[in-house]
Amino acid sequence: MSEQSRQRILARLAAGTRQASAPIPQPDPIPARTYSRTEKIEKLKTLMEAMRTEVHVTDAQNWIHKLEEILKKRKLKSLVYPPQTTLGGILESHWESAEGNLPQLIPYEKEIEDFKERLFTIDAGITSTAGAIADPGALILWPSEKEPRLMSLVPSIHIAILQADKIFSSFLEAMHKEKWSTKMPTNVVLISGPSKTADIEMTLAFGVHGPRELIVLIVET
Amino acid sequence: MANHQPLDFEKNVARAINDKQLIKNIKSAMNTLVLKRKNIFSDAAETERLRTLGNATKSQALSKLPELLERLETKCTENGIQVHWAETIPEANQLVLDIMKSHGATRLVKGKSMVSEEMELNAYLQKHGIEALETDLGEFIIQLNHETPAHIIVPAIHKNRDQISKIFHDHIPGAPYTDNVDELNAIARKTLRQKFEKADVGLSGVNFAVAETGTLCLVENEGNGRMCTTVPGVHIALMGLEKVVEKLEDLPPMLRLLIGSATGQLITTYVNMITSPRKPGEKDGPKEVHLIILDNGRSKIYADPQRRKTLYCIRCGTCLSHCPVYNRIGGHAYGYIYPGPIGKILNPQVEGLEAAGVLATASSLCNACEEVCPVKIPIPELIRRIRNESYSKDPASMVAGHGYKSNWIESLVWKLWAIANTRPLINAAGIKVLGALGLKLPKVGPLKLWTRNRKAPELAPQSLHELVKHIGVDNE
Repeated sequence: MSEQSRQRILARLAAGTRQASAPIPQPDPIPARTYSRTEKIEKLKTLMEAMRTEVHVTDAQNWIHKLEEILKKRKLKSLVYPPQTTLGGILESHWESAEGNLPQLIPYEKEIEDFKERLFTIDAGITSTAGAIADPGALILWPSEKEPRLMSLVPSIHIAILQADKIFSSFLEAMHKEKWSTKMPTNVVLISGPSKTADIEMTLAFGVHGPRELIVLIVET
Repeated sequence: MANHQPLDFEKNVARAINDKQLIKNIKSAMNTLVLKRKNIFSDAAETERLRTLGNATKSQALSKLPELLERLETKCTENGIQVHWAETIPEANQLVLDIMKSHGATRLVKGKSMVSEEMELNAYLQKHGIEALETDLGEFIIQLNHETPAHIIVPAIHKNRDQISKIFHDHIPGAPYTDNVDELNAIARKTLRQKFEKADVGLSGVNFAVAETGTLCLVENEGNGRMCTTVPGVHIALMGLEKVVEKLEDLPPMLRLLIGSATGQLITTYVNMITSPRKPGEKDGPKEVHLIILDNGRSKIYADPQRRKTLYCIRCGTCLSHCPVYNRIGGHAYGYIYPGPIGKILNPQVEGLEAAGVLATASSLCNACEEVCPVKIPIPELIRRIRNESYSKDPASMVAGHGYKSNWIESLVWKLWAIANTRPLINAAGIKVLGALGLKLPKVGPLKLWTRNRKAPELAPQSLHELVKHIGVDNE
């Protein structure tokens, strides 16, 4: 059925293509603006905060302490993290030596079919990022075998670690510089804030299905 | 559309206009949407440039549509996405059902998809014993209340919070009565999270399909779309065949146009780009991804270079929000899933003029829709085309049902009008007679309808022609 339909649809479209008479306008791409390093951080922070994201600018020595502070303040019980990644390694060793009430670290190491029930009960998730876009402000998440897709979606709080030197001026710049078109992975997501909706009376409300809170640590090198 | 009841547009309009609460809800929401869009596109020159680019991107893509669709199919297949083609709605519904059955699946969670509304998929699946659950908050609300969307972007906008709290209270077991928006949200979150966890299959629409990489791009704010496309083991994506763009780099400007026009945001919370099912070693995401490409009349619209512009539409809904008619009657009165200006040109072409041609009469041709359209669809021009085709007996006319309004009285009137206006003496005599009759024109037929809410046209005793002559201007 699908094959016959395919042929009929494509035949009709091919006949239609020959009908076109008027000249077809050529797209005239709009060059994306570029920003300096400081401007990029500032712009990203401003735009994401406007979407009610909590943004902290920190550095390689201090981000882990900032993270600890954030977690303790919220009295979280569990944090899902990507083991076998640089980020995972740092968390594991820090947790060993840390004092006080830190949430239990839970590795995302099983396939979702065996982990779903547990995942839906976890308080927070922590992920790395493949970078960010200054304008419009958004994180780039590039999930992988080691860092699965649902870590940034199912837990009520999503904490993302962003290296400051991986902020691109624009979406177009990120695509070009990183040659996206040659290596699109299973899934890429741009995230600009916590989950939200305005479906009731156009009133903004947060955390309808995805995370209620998005916390970004921008790590300066 | 499957099993569509004949449209009694006039009755629908009368009912809508008299529903004060409905009109109040719609108007207040549309004002917000219009203001938000205005803020996000505050630089007129830049916006114009962006719209020109959007128009060129869509017209380029459509000029090579069959080639791009084949490239999309090849790329998707290489990536492991299974591509299906449906010429009609029954075929598309059958495809979804077959995929569900092949997994013994009975629970479907749905992200927002206008194509699925076009297919009336939920009703179809329910008939076959499958629970098809809407998860976008607005869609969830109207599904509970057994309604169709009132707006392409904000489907439950015709309801206020009191009405929604009653819907929740009546339909969700244990839901307390509350008109607090955050609490209503929390009820939906709790109810739907359980459904995401248990669903067998997730379904979504497609905002843009990229031929170059075989990527499906979806935008959303809530996260339900990501849930539907990531948690269940199977993902089915539905797209109208016009949704394909050529390159990945077409996305940034098209997303800016779509999102800015739809909700007045710079970017949605999530821009979700899906290029393959779960690969070996990956721990989540669906193991199967299916893409169903639906025609349902689109390829026939495509055949006509002028009508083809209808297919530029990226479903942002901003023409609805800006339409003075939509603002006064809301979405349901149109009787079809696509209301407002885009519906006035799309439905008559898909459903035929006899079924939906009347929608093209619901326009003052004020041009607001064309002025805000992110891809510059000449909607008023197409409305006029539909109107003309309604009377055209020309066999070369391409819209199904053309000439359905044609009748001998009207043809005769226009013939006489042509004679009167091409022969000055007859024209002058005619105007004299009408001027003498003045207000005494009998209020019957169309004039009776016209004068129901308006003053009857008053003809001056002397025509402008005569007055000019009288003053002595002879250099006409």
